[in-house]
Amino acid sequence: MRNRTWTGLLCAALLLAAGRARGDELQLGLTVADTPSDDGRSLTLSWNEAPAALALILAQYPQPSGETDLRLLIERRAAGDTAFVHAGSTELSAGAFVDPGLERGREYAYRLILEPAEGVLLASETSAPVAPRANFFRLYRINALVMMLLMGGLVIGFIMAARSGRELYIRRIAGLDAIDEAIGRATEMGRKVLFVPGIISISEPQTLAALGILGYVAKLTAKYGTQLEVPNADPLTMAAAREIVKQSYMEAGSPEGFREDMVHYITQDQFAYAGAVSGIMVRDRPAANFLLGWFAAESLFLSETGQSINAIQIAGTGQVTQLPFFVAACDYTMLGEELFAASAYLSRDPLILGSIKGQDMMKAVILIAVIVGVIMASLGVRGYVDWFAAL
Amino acid sequence: MKRQVPITLAILASLYPVIAFYFPAEGINRFNQSLDEWMVIIASFALALGVVSMIMVNLHKVRRRQKGWIFGLITLAAFAMMASFGLLGGQGSRELADGTTRLEPFTWVFQFMYSPLQSTMFSLLAFYVASASYRAFRVRNVEATLLLVGALIIMLGRVPLGAHLLPGIESWRIPGVADVAEWIMKYPNAAGQRGVIIGAALGAASMSIRVMVGIERPYLGKS
Repeated sequence: MRNRTWTGLLCAALLLAAGRARGDELQLGLTVADTPSDDGRSLTLSWNEAPAALALILAQYPQPSGETDLRLLIERRAAGDTAFVHAGSTELSAGAFVDPGLERGREYAYRLILEPAEGVLLASETSAPVAPRANFFRLYRINALVMMLLMGGLVIGFIMAARSGRELYIRRIAGLDAIDEAIGRATEMGRKVLFVPGIISISEPQTLAALGILGYVAKLTAKYGTQLEVPNADPLTMAAAREIVKQSYMEAGSPEGFREDMVHYITQDQFAYAGAVSGIMVRDRPAANFLLGWFAAESLFLSETGQSINAIQIAGTGQVTQLPFFVAACDYTMLGEELFAASAYLSRDPLILGSIKGQDMMKAVILIAVIVGVIMASLGVRGYVDWFAAL
Repeated sequence: MKRQVPITLAILASLYPVIAFYFPAEGINRFNQSLDEWMVIIASFALALGVVSMIMVNLHKVRRRQKGWIFGLITLAAFAMMASFGLLGGQGSRELADGTTRLEPFTWVFQFMYSPLQSTMFSLLAFYVASASYRAFRVRNVEATLLLVGALIIMLGRVPLGAHLLPGIESWRIPGVADVAEWIMKYPNAAGQRGVIIGAALGAASMSIRVMVGIERPYLGKS
């Protein structure tokens, strides 16, 4: 019995040695296919993660700490070339590899090289040549497309309903109701209004929402003759904010009240900006602070400094991590979606109100989907949950 | 025309990345990448605009000796100093004739002045958190009391002292304060956070749709 075992191992070792010499005997079941739903610049390789020869290889080349995974090198040969080039590396247990950056329409052949020990290379069979091709649609994003179309349909549907004259109710948002009160307080006290539109660029929806509120605030400060200051951390936001404030002052019939230095740039650095705005608060002691937009750690800085000067503070952000700081330090806080509803709430424009209703309806759809998903997952039905899987 | 052109550009520029998100065709994605590059270039020009604004505002403040003008002077001096260091000296370090390495002034100021200052500002947050907590955790009503109790459990559960004082009794299946804190963070807190995140994401999506179809135009100053 022992003799047969030793004979078998000897044969396997000889085979492996022969395979090493010829370079193509290690059967790993290598297949190469076009990567689905891409721009035609990648191929996907797949192989058998636990080939029959693995046990023999591990017996011949024992791995440290008894590991059973081996390093795998991937080599590629393009059509018209004679030599293989290194395309990447991974572990045998990965089972698959995506090779990006290829030329569309050109054929590529692959082979895998196992490296069980330093300097020991065992080559697999060479695959048939395959050419990557472009796909029309990213199929794995179909779930996002369906949800996007559903939301778009609901928003447009309610906008059309609003246009037809239907009355749309929107609940009271305390933070927005308090804007008039805050500006009135600043006017009575003869002190300025400070508006901070977040620290990030105008490409962020929260910044756009904040600028929508800035227009309303600027109109009121123009009407009452209250000083307004808008320090910015982003130059693009500053440019947009300046135009908004200027336009608001003109519409309020007070173009001479606008000054260029009302809206100015400080710095893009987070804490330098926080320090500068805190300095403005401590020196100028504004009576009303508006902290609306995208914030990070400086949110607590700004809100606590504003709290220390007894300013009335209205904050709003979509950043979940900063909301607790604003809630603790500010008089009114708009939570996430309330910030985005501001333009609809303040203007009462039927078109914008319609989009808010559509958004609320989408929230109801998601709620129902979550409840159904919980039931499905509890019953062990994976298909429904997997359809919503992240991209 | 004055309003139609920016609105049309905004609609096209916001719709195009959505199309590129779903269709992987090379031409579409190449132009999408170009849009991203153009945004970086425009932002760079806008930075110059911001710098000019910063200089003008601080110069005005210093000239008129307005309240806090000394800070304006420091800002201008620091700006001039770093700009000259960067333009004349460059970044990084250089090797001297005797084999030692010397940092360029720009890098030296960044490493030994700017970074410690930034760390100092960040560390001040600990004190601000303490003062905000002291004010927030007061027994005014039922919700505030729940907030106070929850905060106490989390604070105790996150420090080794809390786990030492209230370890729980395993044989009686009574969890320790660390386990309770972990449960609160993992379930009710995470659920609440996800609710807010979903709401905010839908709000942002709705805002984006409004900008994409041209209903809302905050970049122009009015809806």
